[in-house]
Amino acid sequence: MSDTQSHYTSPSFAGPKTRQPGRTFADIPPVRWARANLFNSWLNTALTLLLAYFIVKYAIDIVSWGLINAVWEVPGNDTRACREIREIGACWALINEKFRFIMFATYPYEEHWRPALVIAIFLALYAISAMRRFWNRKLIVIWLLGLVSIGILMWGGVFGLRYVEQERWGGLPITLMLSTFGIAIAFPLSILLALGRRSDMPAIRVMCVTYIELIRGVPLISLLFMASVMFPLFLPEGLTVDKLLRAQVAIIMFAAAYLAEVVRGGLQAIPKGQYEAADAIGLSYWQKIGFIILPQALRLVIPPLVNTFIGLFKDTSLVLIIGIFDLLNAAKTSVNEPAWQGFGVEAYIFVSIIYFVFCFGMSKYSQDLEADLSRHRKR
Amino acid sequence: MAAPQPVGSVSPHPMIEMRHVHKWFGEFHVLRDINLTVNQGQKVVVCGPSGSGKSTMIRCINRLEEHQDGQILVDGIELTNDVKNIEAIRREVGMVFQQFNLFPHLTVLENLTLAPIWVRKVPKKEAEDTAMYFLERVHIPEQANKYPGQLSGGQQQRVAIARSLCMRPKIMLFDEPTSALDPEMIKEVLDVMIELAQEGMTMIVVTHEMGFARTVADSIVFMDRGEIVEAAPPQEFFAHPRTDRARLFLSQILGH
Repeated sequence: MSDTQSHYTSPSFAGPKTRQPGRTFADIPPVRWARANLFNSWLNTALTLLLAYFIVKYAIDIVSWGLINAVWEVPGNDTRACREIREIGACWALINEKFRFIMFATYPYEEHWRPALVIAIFLALYAISAMRRFWNRKLIVIWLLGLVSIGILMWGGVFGLRYVEQERWGGLPITLMLSTFGIAIAFPLSILLALGRRSDMPAIRVMCVTYIELIRGVPLISLLFMASVMFPLFLPEGLTVDKLLRAQVAIIMFAAAYLAEVVRGGLQAIPKGQYEAADAIGLSYWQKIGFIILPQALRLVIPPLVNTFIGLFKDTSLVLIIGIFDLLNAAKTSVNEPAWQGFGVEAYIFVSIIYFVFCFGMSKYSQDLEADLSRHRKR
Repeated sequence: MAAPQPVGSVSPHPMIEMRHVHKWFGEFHVLRDINLTVNQGQKVVVCGPSGSGKSTMIRCINRLEEHQDGQILVDGIELTNDVKNIEAIRREVGMVFQQFNLFPHLTVLENLTLAPIWVRKVPKKEAEDTAMYFLERVHIPEQANKYPGQLSGGQQQRVAIARSLCMRPKIMLFDEPTSALDPEMIKEVLDVMIELAQEGMTMIVVTHEMGFARTVADSIVFMDRGEIVEAAPPQEFFAHPRTDRARLFLSQILGH
């Protein structure tokens, strides 16, 4: 590359600052491209100008609202400065002021370092799990250690940590817990369901089909309601299962049914010859599934799997209807205080960015993984 | 390996016995009263028009298809619904498919060592040595670390043969092993099969390669419409087919 460049800029070819004969403004590559693609007819020219007008107009609006006219700080919780610039400027002071509430909700203020550490542990677990060289037994040990430390940090009550009851947990750790355990448990469950749905044994098949169709047929909200309101009625008196766990179970059940159909799609794409070859060399059913079928089937369905994971990650926000303070609910609640009422947009933009970072991360990772795993298909 | 054993040697040891085997696909009677005995070291070539039940018959031998009536014994073990018996038989019987059916997500070496390691519980190192030995036997040791998708059809089929051999089977079944190959690759696969035959492997081969049948087969089994119509040594079958159906088939297949 550098060779070619030096070659073209060498004075022997075109003297500096001497314009080549016949080379006009229209010959500059971007101009030529624009003429060929944006201004090649009067209709296209009109559309190009119209779109350019809107793009510029809204870009200016967004920049002036979000940056130029924005209020970044309001000392002493005095939100008058924000009220004055309503409509024309953003009140990022809200995020400044409510950051810790949005992130950790009602967790005791002086103990906020604990959920913060929990978030860090989650992020570390994701990072480690993403690296293929950890894809062995070590990963299970790492996860168990991670889970135990998350439990200790959140609950406390040991090692001199203050006990914090589950009702006070909230914010991003809740969202991460619900989605991480949701995916981690629902995914293996969904594989079993998908295999069961294709089983030769009628009883197993019927059970799996019934489960999948029943759960898939109801909205997640109604499952959460049932988990929160109806489920305790069936428990013997005195026995309670905490609300978060009930919501978690509802999410797992819901996700498993959806994921099962994705996995089944992958199973169906595997040619019959692969099953027969595995049978013919004497592999047992589980060896056949584990070594031959699943590695190929799951690889095929990485895009829809991650699609479902991303959907699940955001669906965890529905737990707000049963009064659990996940990230979105914390953001919503942060603007309940009279002084801050009416600044929901800023709060929602803030949590949207957090959601986006996680979802985009999943999406990007899945693309890399897919490219990595399909190397063998190329010659 | 054992020296080739001619048919009718002193004490023939039957490796495969099929007695009055019937099979239906729904209403369709695909195998009708199949009786076939294959002794140790024998090479049987099965031919016949398409849809005559050739593949179905050999697929019954390792239970890729279930027969509904009659008896099938492999090395003295009867094929029943008992999973133990089926697993035992599959360990003894290797199979090569028309479409190779290699595992595309595993390297050639992994394709070859998977079953020995997990089914025969052979240590990894030993399994890899065996795999390399058989890759040399099928003349492609240099492809060990490639993926099946990177190989030609002929090479893939030879890997498939090596994969079966790694399980040290007593019997090899070939289901139209050269039908999916480009013409210039057929010979390299047949050569490997001929070498295997010369070493005394018990083989049943479904094929249209009549040249191979003449060279290798102890017996030709001609099937039509789910029945074994004729079974004879190749010289006799090719020179004096006894039935009209066999004559018609031979005239079609050797006619051009």
